[in-house]
Amino acid sequence: MLRFEQVSKGYSGGFVALDRVSFELAKGEMAFLTGHSGAGKSTLLKLISLIERPSAGRVFINGVDLTGIKPRQIPYVRRDVGMIFQDHRLLMNHSVFDNVALPLVIEGFTGRDMAKRVHAALDQVGLLDKARCLPATLSGGEAQRVGIARAVVNKPPLLLADEPTGNLDPDLSKDIMRVFEAFNQAGVSVLVASHDLGLIARMRYRTMTLKGGKMINDGLLHHEDNE
Amino acid sequence: MSILFSGRAVGATATQPNILQKLLRGIFTHLRQAITSLGELWRSPLWTLITVAVLGVSMTLPTTLHLLVKNIQQVSRSYDQSFEISLFLQNETTPTEIATLVTLLQGDPQVAKVRLIDKAAAMTEFKQQSGFGEALAFLDQNPLPDVLLVTPKINQPAAAEALMQKLQKERHVELAKLDISWLERLAALMNLLQQAVYTIAILLLSAALLVIGNTIRLSIMDKKAEIEVMKLVGATDAFIQRPFLYTGIWLGVFGGFLAFVVVEVMLWWLRSAIATVTQLYQSDFVLNSLSMQEFGWLMLIAVSLGLIGSYIAVRSHIKAIEP
Ligand SMILES: Nc1ncnc2c1ncn2[C@@H]1O[C@H](COP(=O)(O)OP(=O)(O)OP(=O)(O)O)[C@@H](O)[C@H]1O
Ligand SMILES: [Mg+2]
Repeated sequence: MLRFEQVSKGYSGGFVALDRVSFELAKGEMAFLTGHSGAGKSTLLKLISLIERPSAGRVFINGVDLTGIKPRQIPYVRRDVGMIFQDHRLLMNHSVFDNVALPLVIEGFTGRDMAKRVHAALDQVGLLDKARCLPATLSGGEAQRVGIARAVVNKPPLLLADEPTGNLDPDLSKDIMRVFEAFNQAGVSVLVASHDLGLIARMRYRTMTLKGGKMINDGLLHHEDNE
Repeated sequence: MSILFSGRAVGATATQPNILQKLLRGIFTHLRQAITSLGELWRSPLWTLITVAVLGVSMTLPTTLHLLVKNIQQVSRSYDQSFEISLFLQNETTPTEIATLVTLLQGDPQVAKVRLIDKAAAMTEFKQQSGFGEALAFLDQNPLPDVLLVTPKINQPAAAEALMQKLQKERHVELAKLDISWLERLAALMNLLQQAVYTIAILLLSAALLVIGNTIRLSIMDKKAEIEVMKLVGATDAFIQRPFLYTGIWLGVFGGFLAFVVVEVMLWWLRSAIATVTQLYQSDFVLNSLSMQEFGWLMLIAVSLGLIGSYIAVRSHIKAIEP
């Protein structure tokens, strides 16, 4: 589903955020990406969603080399990849419904067809009753779930999340992770960047660890605070 | 048409291939975006007002001038428009030479009619009309020249002028003179004025274009975060820029309509002033306002300006916003 081949990313100024990273995420697999702040997690995800381009190496989604994607094709690639951001990135003066509907509107859906899909996505994250609310009236966890609903509303085969539980309390974080698990069980490939090591260890999924831009560990994470 | 996943059904088109439904959906989407953009105008009412005012005023000037010219032309057309060119002949021209010249002129395709007033006839007429009869009797020689009155075929000042220039060069012609009525002089003046005002209008409209572009730019900057989000979830530039183009169209619609209203108010005010004058002269002159077609043109130009102004802003600024 997702493959990195010796991918490096240097930012202007000579800073190397990623250094020859290679890994592969199988179809229907769920994995975590972890590492200290500044390790390059967000950078790695940005390369997948084409917000950034690699300085060297190649990124493949479903066997398609992203190097060959032209700027005007980028929107279409992003429609295939659901993205969740730590800061939610919601449209603040539009209702929850409108926010979740956005990817559908972009693809030309209207009316009942669209509403049905939006409600299904909101139902999956347990926010059906908040459809008419404005994002400002939601709690952090609810806003994050709106972001998830928006990411999955057009059923992308690949889901990326960057610090989705960044500033949520442990219980809420667990809830959010459950939502990802549910999507993964429905066949979606999921890659979650997080530095909540305790939570990740408990979840028992494949975990890739970045340090200074290098992949230093790939596999199950063993953590002392196993209950 | 997913690029990455060949089998993946993407977009509304994948669910319903019916062409009519697709078309209806497209129209519906556009309509909704147009209405949304209309609502967006009230989010920054001051800028909207300034922009509409600038566009309206810029459109008012050329529209007023157009009406002025139109009305003057209509008035001049209602008068008898026969021009006459008087050819004063050299004193020593013989009657045979005059006859030859008359035949020559009558053969000219630009000439409709030639009439000769010979100096003897002119003298008699002058004696009768001036009352100087006795005094003139003392002259031993007739001082009046022979005159040919030439009526051109084409009743246009420019054509008559050109013909006059040509006849001036004929043999035996001492002097050619074109009688242009004051209306024609006015029309010529209007032409000059028209050119001056069009130049100013172009400058004004360019300024309006800049103001529209700037308003749209501000609105884009205002929605920077929103545009970033839209780009992140896969919106194309075309999709993102559409509402701004509609905003430009609305600005054009309101600006054009403002110009129309200003012109109509001005005409209404002028009409009452003119009514007293025309009554005095028992004229049936009516001040014409914009025809349906001219109103259409006015709106079309205003909307085009709005669209072009916003397109310029959108082209450069939306591409620049990257998540
Ligand atoms: N646009 C940029 N220009 C220059 N340097 C950047 C840019 N974006 C990120 N970096 C640098 O690259 C490094 C990796 O950044 P990245 O955001 O990928 O880290 P991260 O692992 O996501 O950290 P965090 O956990 O704090 O989110 C950081 O040192 C950062 O300063
Ligand atoms: Mg980060």
